[in-house]
Amino acid sequence: MINYISIHWISHYNYWAAIVIAMVGLYMIIGHNNLIKKVAGLNILQTAVFLMYISMGVITDGTAPIAAETFTIYSNPLPQVLMLTAIVVGVATTAMAFALIVRIKETCNTVDEDELLEREGHQNGNVEEW
Amino acid sequence: MVSQHFGILLVALPLLAAPVAALLPNGRSSWTLVMAVMTLCLPISLSILGDVIDGELIHYELGGWAPPWGIAYTIDGLNALMAVIICMIGTLVTIYGRYSVAADIPENKQALFYAAYLLCFLGLLGMCLTGDIFNVFVFLEISSLSTYALISMGHNHRALIASFQYLILGTIGAIFFLIGIGLAYAATGSLNMADLAIRLSGSEHTKTIHTAFGFIFVGMALKAAMFPLHQWLPRAYTYAPIIVSTFLAGTATKVAVYVIARSVFTVFTPEYSLKTLLNELLIVFGAIAVIHGATQAIRQTAVKPLLAWSSLSQVGYFMMGIGLLSATGLMATMIHMFNHALIKSALFMAAGIFLYQTGSLRIAALSGVGRHMPLTFTAVVIAGLSLIGVPGTVGFISKWYLVLAAVEQQAWWIVGVVVLGSIMAIIYVWKLVETLYFQPTTMPAAPYGTDHIERNPALIVPIWILATACIYLGLDTGMSVGAAKAAVNSLGLATP
Amino acid sequence: MKDNIILRIVAKLLIPLVILFALYVQFHGDYSPGGGFQAGVIFSSALILYRLIFGLQAGNEVIPRPILKLLASLGVLLYAGTGVVTMLMGGEFLDYSVLADTPIHGQHTGIILVELGVGFTVSATMLLIFDAFAGRPLATQNTTTGKRDD
Repeated sequence: MINYISIHWISHYNYWAAIVIAMVGLYMIIGHNNLIKKVAGLNILQTAVFLMYISMGVITDGTAPIAAETFTIYSNPLPQVLMLTAIVVGVATTAMAFALIVRIKETCNTVDEDELLEREGHQNGNVEEW
Repeated sequence: MVSQHFGILLVALPLLAAPVAALLPNGRSSWTLVMAVMTLCLPISLSILGDVIDGELIHYELGGWAPPWGIAYTIDGLNALMAVIICMIGTLVTIYGRYSVAADIPENKQALFYAAYLLCFLGLLGMCLTGDIFNVFVFLEISSLSTYALISMGHNHRALIASFQYLILGTIGAIFFLIGIGLAYAATGSLNMADLAIRLSGSEHTKTIHTAFGFIFVGMALKAAMFPLHQWLPRAYTYAPIIVSTFLAGTATKVAVYVIARSVFTVFTPEYSLKTLLNELLIVFGAIAVIHGATQAIRQTAVKPLLAWSSLSQVGYFMMGIGLLSATGLMATMIHMFNHALIKSALFMAAGIFLYQTGSLRIAALSGVGRHMPLTFTAVVIAGLSLIGVPGTVGFISKWYLVLAAVEQQAWWIVGVVVLGSIMAIIYVWKLVETLYFQPTTMPAAPYGTDHIERNPALIVPIWILATACIYLGLDTGMSVGAAKAAVNSLGLATP
Repeated sequence: MKDNIILRIVAKLLIPLVILFALYVQFHGDYSPGGGFQAGVIFSSALILYRLIFGLQAGNEVIPRPILKLLASLGVLLYAGTGVVTMLMGGEFLDYSVLADTPIHGQHTGIILVELGVGFTVSATMLLIFDAFAGRPLATQNTTTGKRDD
């Protein structure tokens, strides 16, 4: 029993961490009305994906993937490269989101989603005149 | 010698032009550059389609690295057809933009607008052409980020809010897609779609693979605005500038539907998909989307949200076509995507002309306008009839194939949904036509002098190219059906 | 903050070192971990530090905004242009092997060019993003700043 738990649960602790972090991020996106907190949640969700990818590239006792004669076992570099791209995408998304928030704050003077929607009288998915 | 590079040129040309367009001093010179790129891309995409229509594959390895290590573009009938749709709509929208961008976008932002437009265009093309699933994610984000910027350029602050909501949902969709790719990579060790397909078919279907499939599907369904995940679309299309709505309505959701079709039919085979709940989900939610979208469209009081909800209704047809998991069903989806790109772009362009003439897009404010603008109004009628699916227009062919696919599997209730959806389409199209033509006009007999906007060729030519195509391709069915048949054949499915 | 002598001196000491490290990461990137993304971000962090200490105005005098925009575009052009040149020289898009007499030399040349393009674009874009936010005039402040949601 203990053996089972240690193999299937504890040894995969970084995946569990990824799941927990992802849920924290998703909850922040859904549960908060503040637009900035939503963006923070989005970033946390992205971090969970980074952790998941990096974890799957790890090889036991492997070093960093640098060509050197003394090391023969090294981590899979591909997931790390993929996450480099995803990090750049994440930075761009965050910058875009903050730019939008700054503009929203300037025109509507609030960053609270409920207030924004309330002010426009949206109900039932019926879109007002453009 | 050049032709071997055609696939990558479709992506490389806009990529080269985008930074230049951003640097050019004014909107007019940027427009000229964009137009030059489009006039190169459209024949290139047509030539690619001509090459692959006989079932050949174009294989292009970036940097000379062979897959599964390098990124390869694998072009068959399916991606070639998508590329043609994007290039065609892109070209016509650019012509339309000569007037529209000048009218809607402030002069000092026009150059940046065109840069974002080119990036969006190249992102969508890249998603269709690439054979590497992580590359799909990268292009997805390129197109999405530029789309958020384009939507936020709408007239009032609601465009900002719509863009922000789309950013949150779109990014969640992209992250889900990324998680799905990661799990598929963990299970197989490959990112190349063709290679993934081989490794997946050889391996046992573990929980990891099921989860990967689920995440990829849900992520793309969000981008495609499939029924329960559609909330971002009506607001985004409504508040975006006309030209952006036109371009996105013609291309964006369709590319996401293409990625779903590619995942279902190439990466995970239809046999695998049959074992999951996917086809039931797609068909049931597709049917709900058809009815729900049409119901909401009927309720709208302004033109753009009406068209946006109608788009959601059409996404329902795409979903049902894929959900049938048959060659005829996929053919119906491909033909319908092509046709809907023609129809919806024409309708959004017409909405733009009404807006520039009257200054409003509330349906009530447009009463009787059609009588003063016969050219635009006739195009609206043609596109509207196609949307309903009247025989003799393109809309009929795609619905006909969808009905055929449903009858093949004895799914009679789908036929009912298609008929009901068409009847509801009659209602909302009639709502437009009736106001535009039969309501008493509030304007004097000849209200528009020499500056009649309808006489501007930049606006009226693209809309009439689309309207003519709606009729021509409705009568001469060989072209679109042949291309769709080639697309489906290239996936190894036998078409009727 | 430029009146604080400690900040000023430390910044003056650090900024050249940070830039040097950025250049090392950039140009040693084909042998060791590094490359355009990382180098660009490190480089821009040095200039952002400069802006934080000496103000946006002084920062803009170091590299004016139009030049940043030009650099951001130039980087993308360098990247895509390398791809086009490889195509013209008979290879595939971004096939660096054809760039020099031997494939290995070609790969070195190609990756340095491409990463240089990435470095230009990333550093210029990071600075532009920083300037866009920091340089934006404050919005008209009202007392109603929206209710807290927690």
